[in-house]
Amino acid sequence: MKTAKRFTPLFLFAVFLISASAFAQWSSIAPGRLISPEDQAKMLQSGRDKPLMLQVGSHMLFLQAHIPGSEYIGPGANDAGLQQLRKRVEGLPRNKFIVLYCGCCPWNHCPNVKPADDALHTMGFTNVKVLYIADNFGTNWVDKGYPTAKGE
Amino acid sequence: MSRPDSAVAKQHRPAPDFNLPLINGGQLRLSSYRGKVVLLDFWATWCVPCREETPHFVDLQQKYDGDGLQIIGVSMDDSTDPVRTFYQQFHINYPVVMGTADVGSAYGGVLGLPIAFLIDREGHIYAKHMGATDAAVFEKDITTLLQNR
Repeated sequence: MKTAKRFTPLFLFAVFLISASAFAQWSSIAPGRLISPEDQAKMLQSGRDKPLMLQVGSHMLFLQAHIPGSEYIGPGANDAGLQQLRKRVEGLPRNKFIVLYCGCCPWNHCPNVKPADDALHTMGFTNVKVLYIADNFGTNWVDKGYPTAKGE
Repeated sequence: MSRPDSAVAKQHRPAPDFNLPLINGGQLRLSSYRGKVVLLDFWATWCVPCREETPHFVDLQQKYDGDGLQIIGVSMDDSTDPVRTFYQQFHINYPVVMGTADVGSAYGGVLGLPIAFLIDREGHIYAKHMGATDAAVFEKDITTLLQNR
């Protein structure tokens, strides 16, 4: 289809811009505010310091597998998801321990966690960590044998 | 050029059949494509690597359509509207259906995107590509499978 080929350079440029934006977003989360899957799993098993865990990515992925006890909020990449996030946390004390996660894509391509993290920061939350998922939830959590739940 | 986040697993099990709604109406049953080589792509409009792969899939479909290739996109978006918009904007020339968690689970769990399966003419999974994958890698698998008639 000639039209597909004509639009390819423009499409690739648009994708480059989106990729660059996503890269800039995730790279600005301070390392001290990240938590590894291993540490998150240990925290779950210990039962101590239990955070409010919020999945801010894909509902389809959440239904297949998610961290037990975590809640699905909605994609941090869109306004509806951020609205749901704000609604969920608005009544909580601002020092509430919250862990955000996604796992849709490789870390440097995730469009969801950084906007969600920013939204909580803007609301004044001071005790937020982001689960660092390098590749995807399947590879870095499920395949490692960490606790997993299915469904809603 | 290979991408560091691509991983491939060779498999030979039958591809789980499904009957899913097409984004533009109607239903698509995977088994109706028996006899063709199928590239089954799990993707979403918000997934950057998925978006990067799309024009390559359009090119591959155009190039090998007459030889028996059928690419099928399985969107893991939560709603159809953005998928329809994307389909039109990028002139996708293969069918796209709306996926479900059950279908994802049937394929071993679609727990990260993109994931693509190459299915041979007999309906068996030949390869699973996890993460962004170079078009040349897909083309190699496709041409190998198309040779088997």
